[in-house]
Amino acid sequence: MRRRTFLAAMPALALAAGAGCADPRSHAQAVYLLVDTSGTYASEVGKSQLIVNYLLGTLQPGDSLAVARVRSRSFSEKDIIAKATFDSRPSQANAQKRAFKERVEAFTATPQGSANTDITGGLIQGAQYLNETGAGRKTILIFSDMQEDLDRSTIRNFPIDLKDIRVVAVNVVKLRTDNLDPRRYLGRLADWQKRVKSAGATEWRVINDLDHLDSLLRS
Amino acid sequence: MADSPFWMIWPGNAALSALAWFVVAMPFLYAARGPVHALLRALGQLAGGPLRLGARALLAAAHDLRERNRAVLLAQGLEETQERIAREFERVAALVKRDLEGYPALQRRLLDEITRVEEDYRKCGEVPPPPPEWVDAVAAVAKIKPNGNELVQRLLEEINVSIKAIHDKAIAEYRRAYQARHRILDGFMPFWRSLDRTLAHADRKMTSLADRAAAIDAQMERFEAIVKKSDRAEHALTLSALTQFFTATVVLLVAAGGALINFKLIALPMSEMVGAGDYLTASLRTSEVAALVIIFVEATMGLFLMETLRITRLFPRIHSLPELQRRRMMWAAFTLLLVLAGVEAALALMRDMLIADKQALLQSLAATRPAATDGWLTGIPTAGQMLLGFILPFALAFIAVPLESFITSARTVGGAALVVLTRTTAVLMRVVGNLIRQLTKVLATLYDILIVLPLLAERWAKSVRVPAPGRPAGVDLGVGERS
Repeated sequence: MRRRTFLAAMPALALAAGAGCADPRSHAQAVYLLVDTSGTYASEVGKSQLIVNYLLGTLQPGDSLAVARVRSRSFSEKDIIAKATFDSRPSQANAQKRAFKERVEAFTATPQGSANTDITGGLIQGAQYLNETGAGRKTILIFSDMQEDLDRSTIRNFPIDLKDIRVVAVNVVKLRTDNLDPRRYLGRLADWQKRVKSAGATEWRVINDLDHLDSLLRS
Repeated sequence: MADSPFWMIWPGNAALSALAWFVVAMPFLYAARGPVHALLRALGQLAGGPLRLGARALLAAAHDLRERNRAVLLAQGLEETQERIAREFERVAALVKRDLEGYPALQRRLLDEITRVEEDYRKCGEVPPPPPEWVDAVAAVAKIKPNGNELVQRLLEEINVSIKAIHDKAIAEYRRAYQARHRILDGFMPFWRSLDRTLAHADRKMTSLADRAAAIDAQMERFEAIVKKSDRAEHALTLSALTQFFTATVVLLVAAGGALINFKLIALPMSEMVGAGDYLTASLRTSEVAALVIIFVEATMGLFLMETLRITRLFPRIHSLPELQRRRMMWAAFTLLLVLAGVEAALALMRDMLIADKQALLQSLAATRPAATDGWLTGIPTAGQMLLGFILPFALAFIAVPLESFITSARTVGGAALVVLTRTTAVLMRVVGNLIRQLTKVLATLYDILIVLPLLAERWAKSVRVPAPGRPAGVDLGVGERS
């Protein structure tokens, strides 16, 4: 009788031990890609597909990905073009990635330009999305020239919260004025770095070479 | 000036200041010579004593450990040799049962064949009857010399004809007789061959029995040496254990490689079953742990299978099970192993499908055309993986054999290593203890060198003092006497 009890208890014990020993921290990764569609950057939108493809090939089952556009006012769920938390089963995750790719392809094929550029609104929206996923590693990718251009009624000059989020600016092209005075470009990047770091971001990085995207998700 | 240290009597001249202080301190140092020497001796004893005691204790422990290792080793060797002797006797019993069981029949057959051969031989010995008596008469007549008489001449011719006829008849009869004997001799051959074969067969069996007997003798000699607890037996057993240990280690490493391949085969598809997003530790996924668990369960089932087949003896409880229960357990272990092998084959197939799916996705993301593939060729890795997935669990089952050797020999090797370690530590402790004691002596001598002037003065004072009876004046009362 005692032997039977012992044999029956072994699997239960193993399950309990397994549940107790499980790492409570989330190992999932969440990425929020902001794609600038403003007039100065509209011609670059097609390149964002490269980044999305790289992300789809790199992210693992259980990770989350969202792609949103930056428009005149970007603090809105309506600006999210596609979002998905990939299934923990690899086969289902692959199917989700295919569907995701098609949605982003449809967007990049017919980009709609915007008069102004609200990067800050997109950052706030992205931070909210990433925090909701509960992922362990959170990254916001900004595919833009980082030239914010707000209309008079849009208010963004307040502190934002990007705690525990990496922020990576990708393909930050130089504007015509930057060519005249490079200090404008460098100053713009320095301003963003300061703002992002003061918002609590864990890292600020600029990647302009799209052939070396492997450091996108690596801190 | 103001920056000079406080102890400088002559600011800016450290050497002179230090010398002055030294001269001032010398009488005090001389006065404190006895206590300082005692202190150094005490320090030497304080550090060296425990080290020496510790070394002695460790040597004693090493000796006990060695004796215990020896006892365990000899007991293991005794048990092993007993098993081998028992196995040899079992083999001899099997030989006797198999070969000598039919010995009466063999003997009867041999006797029959020998009897038959003897009868035939006897028949061969029978010679045709000798010529009749009148032949002698005819021979006598034949000796008559022809003298020209016609009657005699005719008579002799008649006799000659008769003799020739009789001779021909006798020759024919002899030939017939010899033909008959040759036929009998021809008939001998199969019996001779059969006899030869039977005897050769019996000889082989006897040789095999003799070989087994020689093996038993060798084992008995070993057994006796172990019972006598001879150093030779201990050395041989230690050497055997070392060989077993290293062989088993190498085989286990190879098996670990097989287990790793097995793990790689099933880790990915396990994520399809238990999910890929759960982690047990920072870097260990639940799916990987699940794959490891499956491999360990397979190895365990293999272990039970080997135990129930009585190939290994890691679990005495299994060996003491009733025969029926042991057989049931064996079939249960084999069935589980078979099921797990089937599961692994299916997982290997799933792995291949998942990789193909991922590859297709990556190709679509990279916007490159998929490479043209031949269905027949791409099927080979799939089939290979499935086959490997099915075979590896059974191959892993045989880990039990080297594992048993490893565990058994590790006791001996570990014990011997522990003895060496303990002895080395003891020697080191003794060396350090001695070094410390010698160091205190060196320090005492150095101290005396520092206060050499007062010591010289003391010696001079003692030399001018009236010598004690039996002691000449000017005897050196140096360091040794004071200390």
